[in-house]
Amino acid sequence: MTALGDVRRRRIDELAARAGQVPEGEGGVSLTRSAVRRLRRDPVAIAGAVIVVVFLLVAALAPLLAPRDPVTQYLLSEIRPGSIPGPREGFPLGVDNLGRDLLSRLVYGSRQSLLIGFVSTVLGVVVGMALGVLAGGLGGWVDTVVMRFVDILLSIPGLLMAITVSVLLGQNQYALMIAIAVVQVPVFARLLRGSMLAQRGSDYALAARALGVRRGRIVFGHVLPNSLSPVIVQATLSLATAIIEAAALSFLGLGDPDISRPEWGAMLASAQDFLSIRPALAIWPAVCIIVVALGFTLLGERLREALDPKFRR
Amino acid sequence: MLRFTVRRLLQLVPILLGLSVLLFAWLRALPGGPAQAALGERATPEDIEQYNRLFGLDQPIWIQYLRFLQRAVTLDFGNSTQYGRPVTEVFFERFPGTIELTLAAMVFAIGVGIPLGYVAARRYGSALDSASVVGSLLGVAVPVFFLAYLLRLLFAVELGWLPGSGRQDVRIDATRITNFYVLDGLLTREWDAAWDALLHLVLPALALGTIPLAIIVRITRASVLDVVNEDYVRTANAKGLSAATVRRRHVVRNALLPVSTTIGLQTGLLLSGAVLTETVFAFGGVGLALRDAITYRDFAILQGFILLLAVVYVLVNLLVDISYGVLDPRVRVR
Repeated sequence: MTALGDVRRRRIDELAARAGQVPEGEGGVSLTRSAVRRLRRDPVAIAGAVIVVVFLLVAALAPLLAPRDPVTQYLLSEIRPGSIPGPREGFPLGVDNLGRDLLSRLVYGSRQSLLIGFVSTVLGVVVGMALGVLAGGLGGWVDTVVMRFVDILLSIPGLLMAITVSVLLGQNQYALMIAIAVVQVPVFARLLRGSMLAQRGSDYALAARALGVRRGRIVFGHVLPNSLSPVIVQATLSLATAIIEAAALSFLGLGDPDISRPEWGAMLASAQDFLSIRPALAIWPAVCIIVVALGFTLLGERLREALDPKFRR
Repeated sequence: MLRFTVRRLLQLVPILLGLSVLLFAWLRALPGGPAQAALGERATPEDIEQYNRLFGLDQPIWIQYLRFLQRAVTLDFGNSTQYGRPVTEVFFERFPGTIELTLAAMVFAIGVGIPLGYVAARRYGSALDSASVVGSLLGVAVPVFFLAYLLRLLFAVELGWLPGSGRQDVRIDATRITNFYVLDGLLTREWDAAWDALLHLVLPALALGTIPLAIIVRITRASVLDVVNEDYVRTANAKGLSAATVRRRHVVRNALLPVSTTIGLQTGLLLSGAVLTETVFAFGGVGLALRDAITYRDFAILQGFILLLAVVYVLVNLLVDISYGVLDPRVRVR
């Protein structure tokens, strides 16, 4: 059947299949509603959601929250080799090696980091889903061709894949987003296909077919909407990895070179040179990345449990 | 079992062919194509034309691909522009370093991860359990290169306990046999060289091992929790088997099945992508060579290394599948 990374793929498929099971003893309550109900009582999920919402607000309100302009240079007379001014009146976290206000850069940086996370994940989901729908919806030789292609993509380790794409496309923010998205595509394709295959055998799909509903309508109107929950979970988790991966690419010199858009990954990468002089320059962006990634991970993990019939009680 | 293995090996062929097409197309798709990549940005049109003629780049594309494939099969990926030596030679010189580092990282991750995950599961809900859950979430969220820098700053720069860069002290004039520095030291009985190389592994291995550690703790904990609630464990207890026997024969044995596959998958990932850690510690494995290749736009290295590393990754994954068949007889039937 399949050729490699069987275990990894089996795991993706298991997730997909499990989402297709009908929960016991929960007749009459929709999957979504019961999931939401459980999430609202789950302190861990709430913590994750609060983190995510807070950072989204910071990103949206950046111009109001940031005390200064993130690219203007201050205190230049006090910056010497081996000394960067620390926190003081008007600069709560101090300035970076080029005299730019660290707090303002962190606040504005949330915009770019979250944007990279969201755009690359959405891109990965959309393309992955298109491939998944094609394979899972049409079946037959289309399925074989698409899945072979997905297998090839899965056979290149994530970071190497991102590097390859990034070198090809050059260094700008769109290339960065695409490079991160490409890594996600095969995962989503496989996940959605598996999930759709599990749904296709369900009673309601059979009923729809028996009623003479067209195939396109069955796929898009019935099977697809019911196959989405593992994709939503995976997308939430992918947001975390996307932000971390952006930092890794920046560190390798494959980030966005535009200095007018501060970004946590790039800030963290450039702060490494001053780690022994002013560790705060690296620690703050790292903390932001870790907290946001944690927020998305907590939310995603709990969402998985809430949507997973196996965890229902 | 043999048939299972052979079938799996044969199924690799289309994957590897697909990979070669992708990487062939990749080099052709670069701005300026392979000639510009090799000659640099200041190459004149005449230079490029001559290069193209010399290397058959004026031939139809499918002939070029077949020639690429022919050379790739014999592991010939051309010469590195940085080192002026064959890509494959550089690869095999560097790869032992990455293997050493991966092994050290996995020893750390497994040695700490499995006991920790087991104890966390057996004391479900305790402070230790909560700490291991939080820790394993954090371990995945921390950017690896940041952690590597912190470790280096603390233990190498500030405290000076451990070396923070390279694979061995440059002042040690060690004999090289296999390019596995620790092994070389042991083979040649240059004990101080082996010890020094081992010390150089500690910090990079800690940094590189964090993510596998976090994942192994999580999987072990979840898997032990699953298994202790199984009927056969209850039966074993009810039969009056001693707690130690139940633990060894029934709990651990079944719980380690998913863990072993995780270990395999993570090993494959580390072997192929220690780019970040090796860069921070200037550790001369394939990862550092890749980083340099990115910096100096050495496309021959990039293409060859990525293809070779993908092959390694695919082969390790294959080994994981086969070992899964050995460990879990149910898989073989399918």
